[in-house]
Amino acid sequence: MTTGTNSSRKAMGTAALLALAAVLPLAITEPSQQNFLILMGAQMGVAWNIVGGYAGQVSLGHAVFYGIGAYTSTMLLTVLGLTPWIGALAGGLLASVFALAMGWPCFRLKGHYFAMATIAVAEIMQILVTNSDFLEGAVGLYLPMDRSGWGWLIFLSKLPYYYVILGLLVLTVLVSWAIERSHIGYYFRAIKDEPEAARALGVSLTRYKLIALSVSAFLTALGGSFYAQKEMFIDPGSVFAGTISIKIALIAILGGVGRLTGPVLGAVILITIEEYSRTLFGSTGSGTDMIIYAAMIILVAVFSPSGVLGLLGDLHRHLGRHLPGAKPAEAKTSAKEIRP
Amino acid sequence: MTADILIQVLVSGLLIGLIYALVAVGLTLIFGVMDIVNFAHGEFLMLGMYASFWAFALFAIDPIVALPLTALLLFAVGVIVYQTVIRRILKAPMLSQIFATFGLMILLRGLAQFFWKPDHRLIPHSLVSGNIALGPVQFGLPQFVAALGAVGVTGALWMFLHRTRLGTALEATAIDREAATLMGIDGQKMFALAWGIGAACAGLAGGLIATFFPIFPEVGSNFILIAFVVVVLGGFGSVTGAFLAGIIVGLIEVLGGFLVGPEYKTAIVLSLLLVVLLVRPRGLLGKA
Repeated sequence: MTTGTNSSRKAMGTAALLALAAVLPLAITEPSQQNFLILMGAQMGVAWNIVGGYAGQVSLGHAVFYGIGAYTSTMLLTVLGLTPWIGALAGGLLASVFALAMGWPCFRLKGHYFAMATIAVAEIMQILVTNSDFLEGAVGLYLPMDRSGWGWLIFLSKLPYYYVILGLLVLTVLVSWAIERSHIGYYFRAIKDEPEAARALGVSLTRYKLIALSVSAFLTALGGSFYAQKEMFIDPGSVFAGTISIKIALIAILGGVGRLTGPVLGAVILITIEEYSRTLFGSTGSGTDMIIYAAMIILVAVFSPSGVLGLLGDLHRHLGRHLPGAKPAEAKTSAKEIRP
Repeated sequence: MTADILIQVLVSGLLIGLIYALVAVGLTLIFGVMDIVNFAHGEFLMLGMYASFWAFALFAIDPIVALPLTALLLFAVGVIVYQTVIRRILKAPMLSQIFATFGLMILLRGLAQFFWKPDHRLIPHSLVSGNIALGPVQFGLPQFVAALGAVGVTGALWMFLHRTRLGTALEATAIDREAATLMGIDGQKMFALAWGIGAACAGLAGGLIATFFPIFPEVGSNFILIAFVVVVLGGFGSVTGAFLAGIIVGLIEVLGGFLVGPEYKTAIVLSLLLVVLLVRPRGLLGKA
């Protein structure tokens, strides 16, 4: 089982993260595009991690939830004049319902097959939206410019947007943290590590996979609504694209799947490197940014399957062996010790 | 009149389906032998197309004549990819495997863009050009030759797998790796061989369609999702299944595009993927 020192370290990590979140706006008064991309990426990564990391169900189609969130809040705003506070909530619920409808049949599939089914669902959805007259198809949707303020979540300066996405990230981390600590979190990990044992102990695999996917979908959709509010324009290519699905998963994998702060770390590393290589080489359209990005993906996949956090953990254990009085880090909780 | 159109549609579906089959047999072979899904498979096709293009642009060798060279080159690429990347992730979690081949996909696209620019290129005045008319049905000679080539290559692969010692060893590795190793078959060598052959098949498909399809770094994305559908429908690991499924997918794509609208043809094919995964996950001829 998890030791006391381990869980207190985790609580300390979360507290440090929250403190950082509180201080960040003071330090960053003029948030750059890169700051936004990092927070938005981290939020999506943490949300993905709930189903892809803890429950081990690899979705490569999360853009479908992102797009549902963005389109729902935007349509409710432009057509019915509803505030995005309600619109985002509706988008989250719709994404959850979609997740249940999609997960019910798809969770019969394992591993590669499940991942492929999620790709297919997301691609089909993108094609349907692109060809929908009701949703303005490939043309996309503009948000109305005639209102602003906290009631409409539309601001003339960037800073309030920064507070909103920071708040959304903190909310997502807290939900993820609560799940990690609860019995549901243990079930998720049991499903991932020892599905047969979990089933034998009476854990309903499908039910908990559905819970993981719908919670993850809800939070991902909130991220999509935020994107729409910030950019004031959405089209299928910007919120339903397959590349978004891949980036969401990649952020979590790079940082370390199944760990609370892994995706946050992953977003910082991935977005920073991506943006730097883009500004350094990207303007020429030479593909250099793609090469660096790809090399990074391959290196992580080959040399550190548990992500950068895993790498740091190895380092910690390695150092711990040589420092007097230092205890090596505890191995992660095994599913065999879990009772329903 | 409508019958003529229907025949015309079916013929074009069959022709493109045979190309899908050739792309998919390599993918299914790799999966069958080592349980790895190669997301970079479309990029092998892209490299095959560029090999044809440069053979034509630099040495004035026609894509059809250059096919053996293309196959050899892509075989080497497949083996190199296996030795440098895939060999290291054989025991890694599925997530790492997916992202290793996914990273390869972006890497190869990036390299193509770096060396050869993102422009669309065409090969003008190939040996095969123009149309054939069979009564009311018309189709392009390049498409016809490509489909014929696809049948030939898939047939040759089938013969190799079932009629030669090396091919049988490869099949044995796919069926039971442990037992094959006990029989003295070198698993590593078989894995490298599967990647070489898989890449060569995709490269040949690229060389065959280079006479009528635009060549650009992202061209593989048009084919990889469809290849997945073909592999799943045929049954993972089954070369014969992929061949049949390729034809079926080609027919459904063209027929669906004709009946519902061309903008929905990919959605229709992907729906087929979902239906197969849910109704019969092992596909037409896959192992249970």
